[in-house]
Amino acid sequence: MSRIIIRQGRIIDPAQGLDTVADLCIESGKIAAIGEHLQASADSQSIDAQGQIICPGLIDLSVRLREPGLSHKGTIASETRAAAAAGVTTLCLPPDTKPSIDSPAVVELIKDKAQQAQYPQILTIGALSQRLAGSELNNLFALKQAGCIAVSNGHAALDNLLILRRAMEYAASHDLLIIYRANEPALSGQGCAHEGQFASRYGLPSIPAAAESIAIAQCLELAELTGCRLHISQISCMQSVIKLQQAKKYGLQVTADVAIHQLHLTEDDMIPFDSHYHVIPPFRSVKDKEYLREGLANGTIDAICSDHQPHDLDAKLGAFPETEPGIASLQTLIPLSLKLSQEHGLSLLDTLAKLTSEPAGILGLPSGQLGIGRAADICIFDPKATWHVDNATWLTQGKNTPYWQQTLTGRVTHTFQAGRLIYQQDQ
Amino acid sequence: MTKHLQLSEQGRLKHFLTIEGLSTELLTEILDTAESFVDMSEHRVRKVPLLRGKTIINLFFENSTRTRTTFELAATRLSADVLNMNIATSATSKGESLLDTIRNLEAMHVDMFVVRHALSGAAHFIAQHTAPHISVINAGDGQHAHPTQAMLDMFTIRQHKKSFAGLKVAIVGDILHSRVARSQILALNTLGVAEIRVIAPKTLIPAEVSTMGVIPIHTMAEGLDDVDVIIMLRLQKERMNSAFLPSEGEYFKCFGLTEANLKFAKPDAIVMHPGPINRGVEIASSVADGPQSVILQQVSNGIAVRMAILSMAMHSQGEPA
Repeated sequence: MSRIIIRQGRIIDPAQGLDTVADLCIESGKIAAIGEHLQASADSQSIDAQGQIICPGLIDLSVRLREPGLSHKGTIASETRAAAAAGVTTLCLPPDTKPSIDSPAVVELIKDKAQQAQYPQILTIGALSQRLAGSELNNLFALKQAGCIAVSNGHAALDNLLILRRAMEYAASHDLLIIYRANEPALSGQGCAHEGQFASRYGLPSIPAAAESIAIAQCLELAELTGCRLHISQISCMQSVIKLQQAKKYGLQVTADVAIHQLHLTEDDMIPFDSHYHVIPPFRSVKDKEYLREGLANGTIDAICSDHQPHDLDAKLGAFPETEPGIASLQTLIPLSLKLSQEHGLSLLDTLAKLTSEPAGILGLPSGQLGIGRAADICIFDPKATWHVDNATWLTQGKNTPYWQQTLTGRVTHTFQAGRLIYQQDQ
Repeated sequence: MTKHLQLSEQGRLKHFLTIEGLSTELLTEILDTAESFVDMSEHRVRKVPLLRGKTIINLFFENSTRTRTTFELAATRLSADVLNMNIATSATSKGESLLDTIRNLEAMHVDMFVVRHALSGAAHFIAQHTAPHISVINAGDGQHAHPTQAMLDMFTIRQHKKSFAGLKVAIVGDILHSRVARSQILALNTLGVAEIRVIAPKTLIPAEVSTMGVIPIHTMAEGLDDVDVIIMLRLQKERMNSAFLPSEGEYFKCFGLTEANLKFAKPDAIVMHPGPINRGVEIASSVADGPQSVILQQVSNGIAVRMAILSMAMHSQGEPA
C-alpha cells in the first residue's frame, strides 16, 4: 500500500493530548509518522489539509443501520456510507434488528454485509434476552465468541430487576460489557414527549425524567452488587447525571454516553406536532440540557454518540404520538459537536475525546487515537465550512432530522478506515 | 407555525385547529358572528344559503354524539351537504394510514373536513397534508384541543357576564386528560379574564401547568372562592382503574360540585359543563339542574358558534394560505 501524507492540518489526538499543526503520514494502513515536512516518495499521495482538523476516526456507540430486517428505513450500505461521510470509522450496531442479534448467524450475516459495503468496522451488540423479550437470556458467551463487543436489550425493557441482576452476573462471568438504556416502563408508559410544559400545553402523553433516573439508580445498585461492567446509553436528564456522578465518586466502574442532539435541543425548541422532534428519550428541559453539558465537561458523561435512527417517510407521517421516535443524526455529529465546543467552552480536544478515545476506552478498542503504529482510522474535517442539510448532502436513507434544510458549520472532507480512503467530499 | 397554518394570507380563519396563536379580535369576531346565528335560530326559517353547494365531511375517528350532531345541524342550517363518516379506530388499524384516508376523501371533491381523532396533533397533521382548498376544523384531537367547544363556552360566558375583564374562572376536574380545558385556558387568557384556577388532585393536573397561565388548587373551598364562572369537566370512569383516583365517592366528596360548595363562589356565578355529565360523580343533580346552571344553553349555543366557525373558514377559502 502506498504512502499518503496529509499536509499541514491541525492534528488533534485526545489520547496523547496532542494539538499541533503538522504532517501525518499513513503507510500500509497504519499511522507511520507525525512531524514537520515529512518526505514524499515517488509513489506517495499528498492531501493538503491546511485550515483543517485531523483527528482519530470517530467511534460511535449507537448507530442503527436497519439491516437486517428494516431495509426500507436504511441498509448497511446506505448507512455506512453516511457514517463514512460523518467521519465515523467504527460504529456499534444495537441488537434491535429484525431478527434481533440473538445468534452467531445474525452476527455473521452482518459481518458479510459489512464486507460487501466495504465498511468492516461494524461492531455488533448482542441481544441480552431472547428476541429482546426481556425474560430469558441469550447464549451470551456464544455471542461474544461470534464477535459481539457488548450485550444490550436495546430500547426494550427487561421483565424485572431479577432478570437484570442475573444478566449482569452472567455477563460479568464472561467479562462482557452490558450496555443499558435506562427506562422504567411503568412510568414512561405510552409517553412520546418529556413531562414538562410542552407536553402539558399540547396534551401529549408524557415521560417524566424520573422514568430514566429511577432505572439508573436501580442499575447502578445492581452493578455494585454484581461487579458487572456497565455502560449506560443515552441519558437525558439532570437526576441521571447526579446519580452517575455519585456512583463514580464512590468508585463504581460505570460509563455513560449522551446523544448529540440532547446536548442542543430541548422541549422549548420543539415545533408543535412536528414528528422530527419525536425521539426517545424525549427532548427535556433547558435545565436538563445544562446538566448534561456540565456532566460531559466534568467527566460524569464519558462519551457522545449519534444515536442514529434512520426512518422511512411513512414512519414520521401521522399524528405525533403515532409516529416512530428517532432521529437520523450521523452527519450532524461533527457540526453539532463543534457547536457544543464553542457554546460550552469545552475545548475541541476534550470534545473530540468524547467521540474518539473515550468510546474506545469503554469498548476496550486499540483505535480512537493517532499513535504511531496504530491503524490509520482518521477523520479530516473543515471546522469553518458550511453546508446545507438537503438531498444533495444527506447520505443516510432517513431524512428524519430536525436540522433538515438548515445550514450547519463543520464538514468532513476525508475519512480513512485502516488507511483506506472511505470518504472524500465532492469538490 | 400554528398561526400561519390556521390563517390565510389576509389573516382570516382558514383552518380552526387550536385557539393558540389566534388574536383577541379574531375570537371576538367568532363570538359576534355566532350572535347573529343565535338570533336566526329563533326564527321559523332556520336555514341560510351561505354554504349552498359546499360539501362537509364529519370525519370522526372517535365516537361522539353531541359534537357530531351539533356540527351536522350547524352545517345543515348553512345549507351545506354533510356526510358523516365514523371511522372506528379498527378501520385505520387495518393498515390504512391517516394520510391515505384523507387522500381518498379528498378525491371526492369535498370542501371541508370536521375531524375528531383520539391522538393529539391529528387535526394539525391533516391540515398540513390536505389539499390547499380544503379547510380543516378540529372537533377534538386527543388531549390537545377542542377549540369549538371552548368558543361556545366563551360565547355562553359572554352572554351571562357581558365582558371577560375582571372575571375569575375555575375549571374543575380532570385537567390532565382534557382537550376542552386546554382550549378553554387559551381562550380565556386571550380574551383577558382576570384569573383562571384549575382545581383537581395532583394526579389530574399536568406538569408545570402554571406556565399555561393558570393557578393550580387542590380544594374546592379555596378554588371556588369568589369565582364568577365554574366549569366542571367530565370524569372518565377509566381513571379509577389506573390509580389516578381511589373512587368515585371520594372524588365527589373532594371535587364534586354540590349546593354547599357552590356557595363559595359569587352568588351570581354560572355553572358550566361540556357534557355529557356524570350526576353524582362530578356534579350534584341539584346543581346541574339548578338556577345557576347554563349547561343546556351551552348545547344550543354550540350550534350557532359552529355555524360561525364553519362559515368563516369557508369564506376564506380561495385566499392564499
